[in-house]
Amino acid sequence: MITQMLRVAAITPLSSYVTRFRFEHPEGAALPVFSGGAHVVVEMPDGAVLRRNSYSLISDPVDSSGYEIAVRREDAGRGGSRYMHSRLRLGDLLRVTVPVNLFSLDLRAKRHLMIAGGIGITPFLAQLKQIARLHAPFELHYAVRSRDEAAALPLLPDLPQVHLHVSDEGNRMDLGAVLAGQPLGTHVYTCGPEGLIDAVAETAARLGWPKGALHSEAFLSPPPGAPFDVTLARSGRKITVGPHQSLLEALEAAGVQPDWSCRGGACGRCETAVIRCDGHIEHHDHWLNDAEKASQTRIMPCVSRFSGADLALDL
Amino acid sequence: MPRTEFTPSIPSRPVYSGLSSHGSSSALMLAEGEGAEAILDLAAQDAAVMDRAHLIFIPAGTGHGPALRALGAKSYVEVPGFATALDRYRKALADAHMGTRLYVAGSEGMIGQAVAEALAAGLPADAIETEHRGGIARRMQCVHCKGITEGVTTDPFLCAHCGLTLFVRDHYSRRLGAFQGVCVDAETPGDVPAVQEIKP
Repeated sequence: MITQMLRVAAITPLSSYVTRFRFEHPEGAALPVFSGGAHVVVEMPDGAVLRRNSYSLISDPVDSSGYEIAVRREDAGRGGSRYMHSRLRLGDLLRVTVPVNLFSLDLRAKRHLMIAGGIGITPFLAQLKQIARLHAPFELHYAVRSRDEAAALPLLPDLPQVHLHVSDEGNRMDLGAVLAGQPLGTHVYTCGPEGLIDAVAETAARLGWPKGALHSEAFLSPPPGAPFDVTLARSGRKITVGPHQSLLEALEAAGVQPDWSCRGGACGRCETAVIRCDGHIEHHDHWLNDAEKASQTRIMPCVSRFSGADLALDL
Repeated sequence: MPRTEFTPSIPSRPVYSGLSSHGSSSALMLAEGEGAEAILDLAAQDAAVMDRAHLIFIPAGTGHGPALRALGAKSYVEVPGFATALDRYRKALADAHMGTRLYVAGSEGMIGQAVAEALAAGLPADAIETEHRGGIARRMQCVHCKGITEGVTTDPFLCAHCGLTLFVRDHYSRRLGAFQGVCVDAETPGDVPAVQEIKP
């Protein structure tokens, strides 16, 4: 991945849990522009561990003066968001990848229907700016549990197409009503918890929507699990993956550099061939299909784990 | 007349994989000539597919009208040709919502135009089912003068607009719903290969 060293130019709390970070080039050089829905991977040197998390860009895609992300602090998470919230200071230098977009607008759409759950609002903040330039019809539904969770509310345009659904205030989002009666050419974009993405897919299927009009993005953080050993078939080396480490991180710590991009089970870049598998691969990704997962011949090292006697990879 | 099986060709050439039911979703149906039998087969496979269907039929000299009318679609109308169906069809597309399925059966020229209209109206390609029935005449665009010649059954053929002798290609325009015809004797004028009948 191509990275650039950027300076933390602003830190702005948006709510009790969510903080906005702005990165700029240390010498003020222009950054590559991007498209709405793009993300960057931020590298965080946290002691002996190099953490890498993907964050959607929320700033204007054509504004090359800086990149902005919004990070929700996950106290029970692996430590990336805690690092961002508690360790990062104005003026710090961080290594950030160039933007990659796995969740772009389908520009053939006649209308864009965006559904955000909680912190899943982030890619839409950049997409809204792109849509405003395109003058394309749109509708945004922002579902949160409580008003305090609606951190992005002040960043949203004050327009009738923007709908806030606060479930503890009694106006929970009704997906059936949102998806029914949409004109031809509407594309749906969902970002948020997996339950929301599944619910949109199920409701849309019930209403007869074809799959090609549905788009979603969810970055998974690598789930913890029991430690396991992996054999690297090309060198015969054996490495151990720790309980809070991902297979990809264990490979990197051992000096192996597999290709990667999103580090969240979505993009497919780190897909690796399995040479031997005596046991069970715990597939957590959104990339491999059910048949590929069942065959146990491919693994996504960024999020997937293994339990059993022997796993050998083509590395 | 059964479903036409075309010889596999370049990816550009459309494939009509046959109608299969999406249940009682709201549906638009367009049938022409022998394409009526594809709709009859579809309804026999799953009668619920007619529950919320609007069916437009172009008889093209066939007598399938009464059988189609008897399927009990939400609306049924017969029109003499695609051009006369167009206003009604466009209105139906403009009023349609996501979740509407389109079923088209008949000749290649009709399917091509119907699908092009639907895509332009925003209907996703994966909401469209097509089945080819009947003759295999092609709707051809002359790449030189851009004129469309309907009902082409031979290769080469004469462009109905500019008169060039055109070679029938499998290269297809989804936007126009037409195959591309290219001058066959551009290098050596008059050196025209023997005329053959188009095969499926």
